[in-house]
Amino acid sequence: MEHVKCECGHVNPIGTVLCEACGKPLEEVPTLVDMRYEGSARRSQTYNKTIIDKIWNFFSSVKVGVWLIVITLIASAIGTIYPQQMYIPPTVSPAEYYEQQYGWLGKWYYTLGFHDLYSSWWYMLLIALIGVSLVICSLDRVVPLYRALNNQRVTRNEQFLQRQRLFSRAQATDYETALRHVVDKLTKRGYRIREENGNILAEKGRFSRWGPYVNHIGLIIFLIGAMLRFVPGMYVDENMWIREGEIKEIPGTKGKYFLENKKFIFEVYEKEKEKEAFQPAIDRVGSGMMAKNYQTDVVLYERVGPVVAGEEPKLKKIKSFSIRVNEPLKHDHYALYQVDFKLDELKNMSFHLTDKQTNKSFGTITIDLIQPEKEYDLGNGYKVQLLSYFPDFYFDENGNPNTRSKVPNNPAFVFKMFAPDRPKGEVSFTAIRQTIEPLGDNKYKMSFAGIETRNVSALTVRRDFTLWILGVGGAIFMIGLIQGMYWNHRRLWIRRIDEEVLIAAHTNKNWFGLKKELEGIFNDTPFVMPIDQADKRS
Amino acid sequence: MKEKRFWLRTVILAIMLAAIGYTIYSNVFVEKKAIQVGDSAPDFVLTDLNGNKIQLSDYRGKGVFLNFWGTWCKPCEKEMPYINNQYNLYKNEGVEVIAVNVGEAKVAVQTFVNRFQLSFPVVIDQQDQVMNAYHIGPLPTTFLIDKDGKIVDMITGTMTEEDVRKYMETIKP
Repeated sequence: MEHVKCECGHVNPIGTVLCEACGKPLEEVPTLVDMRYEGSARRSQTYNKTIIDKIWNFFSSVKVGVWLIVITLIASAIGTIYPQQMYIPPTVSPAEYYEQQYGWLGKWYYTLGFHDLYSSWWYMLLIALIGVSLVICSLDRVVPLYRALNNQRVTRNEQFLQRQRLFSRAQATDYETALRHVVDKLTKRGYRIREENGNILAEKGRFSRWGPYVNHIGLIIFLIGAMLRFVPGMYVDENMWIREGEIKEIPGTKGKYFLENKKFIFEVYEKEKEKEAFQPAIDRVGSGMMAKNYQTDVVLYERVGPVVAGEEPKLKKIKSFSIRVNEPLKHDHYALYQVDFKLDELKNMSFHLTDKQTNKSFGTITIDLIQPEKEYDLGNGYKVQLLSYFPDFYFDENGNPNTRSKVPNNPAFVFKMFAPDRPKGEVSFTAIRQTIEPLGDNKYKMSFAGIETRNVSALTVRRDFTLWILGVGGAIFMIGLIQGMYWNHRRLWIRRIDEEVLIAAHTNKNWFGLKKELEGIFNDTPFVMPIDQADKRS
Repeated sequence: MKEKRFWLRTVILAIMLAAIGYTIYSNVFVEKKAIQVGDSAPDFVLTDLNGNKIQLSDYRGKGVFLNFWGTWCKPCEKEMPYINNQYNLYKNEGVEVIAVNVGEAKVAVQTFVNRFQLSFPVVIDQQDQVMNAYHIGPLPTTFLIDKDGKIVDMITGTMTEEDVRKYMETIKP
């Protein structure tokens, strides 16, 4: 391997700009030296031989990293133009939906995978490439930087010193005493002092230089955590709607757990019912306008015996619980959260069979809107048959009655009414506030007698074994950020050359702070405070 | 030194490539769902409109055309007669159809079945258990199951009669 030997005797890797030991510029440099990465040889810029090196060097470029981030940003922005797949009606095929709604743009949106952006292969690839760029950029910089900071010598090359941003040169008078005084002050301010032949290097906050790399390690751990979500069993995120009184399988538990909804409770803050202190707030928003509680009282069951989907399950009660917002039911690493609700869904509907002329009723039927009966016998020769049932009724494009879903939002029925004087039956189409007699004038009708409703609760089913990894990654991320942000790496060199004192200082950021600190150190000494050469030039 | 660098870089790149490859592969090219082509089809028991228990595992040795549908779903309505026609041709060749309704009222399902005179068993998944097991999203969704109970293909969306014929051909034992 080729090396560059500096006149101070230190052997530097090829591509080094400033000697790792004495800081002497090894290449032509402008008036001030560029202190980024201590002028060390970033490896990427030196070797470019094999295909592996070429790939490595591509990802080692910060410019490439920034472009990857910009492209990801633009893609994410485009992903917000039309709704994501999870927000379109679940009953339609996305392939058709996007084209129907948004034309050819929608078609391309779907084809290119913008409709489910976070799951599209190219978006994930972008994120992954950012991860690769992060790893390689960091490795390629942290290693040479560590070498340079570890190898730095106290006695720095004259050219290095005079090309620092903060620099002064003056006659040395009473050097030894003055130096002792300055060293004392520097020590008090937390500088670590190294001495060599009467020259000194004072340094503090070097660990702040590792902040960005610690931060990147956190980010990588976070990305690994996010990646683990795709490993089967690590992450479950499902939704379930459950009516009061229903027992349903909990999705995502592979048929192992069942849930019964005993009751859904929705409470509001009402005037007079709350403590005195709440009255002004209630007055401001209006009584009954502010939600107080969303709660589902449930019973959790475990299925006993082998799981065969569809079979009536044998259930063992595990526990009763009241799920409230932010108070999930937790069991076996699963958590059930309250997320949504629907009040007063129709449950039953009652009708009287009445004579249209006399209004006399011959009995009442109650129809379960989830599972209606085929026939309701009222006795004495009166009965009602249900020919058709449309739980969510509308007239389709052909003018036929149809249903939009299986949810009883707008039930409609085709009844056949039998009476002793109408043995063949009369057909009536009955919907809410609407009756049609398709086969002519009927003697009887089904008159509305009342409804019964119940509430429906929506729960999110969550199981997440990646959370702690994300937590650890996030914590390391923050530590790195704090480390790099709140500490500065400050260095001060004092070197005597013959009868002259050369003083130079450097910080990786917050030059103002460094200058204030140096003023405090040099104000009562014969040393000359270093001058900001960047200011002088401009 | 140069050798060492080459191998170090190669190893790091290979590890990252493997991690990315796995993530993208498992997420995009394999359905994220618990159910995949090549898996054995989850067994289920449901009751048909005549009260007979239909269990998938009883159909070993025959190809099963498993269709999930709802009465409100227009594409389902469209393909149902096609399935019926093809079923009548293929049932003698060992292909069975099970149509799983996604938990509607029996009356509504019965009306639909009568209207299209469906001759294959229609079962109702009252508790969504089978829908959960098969991770049913949009309707209609059809699973093609071969004589060994393996899932050969999953189809979401409408089929033409020709499609139905082709699919039934693939699961003929």
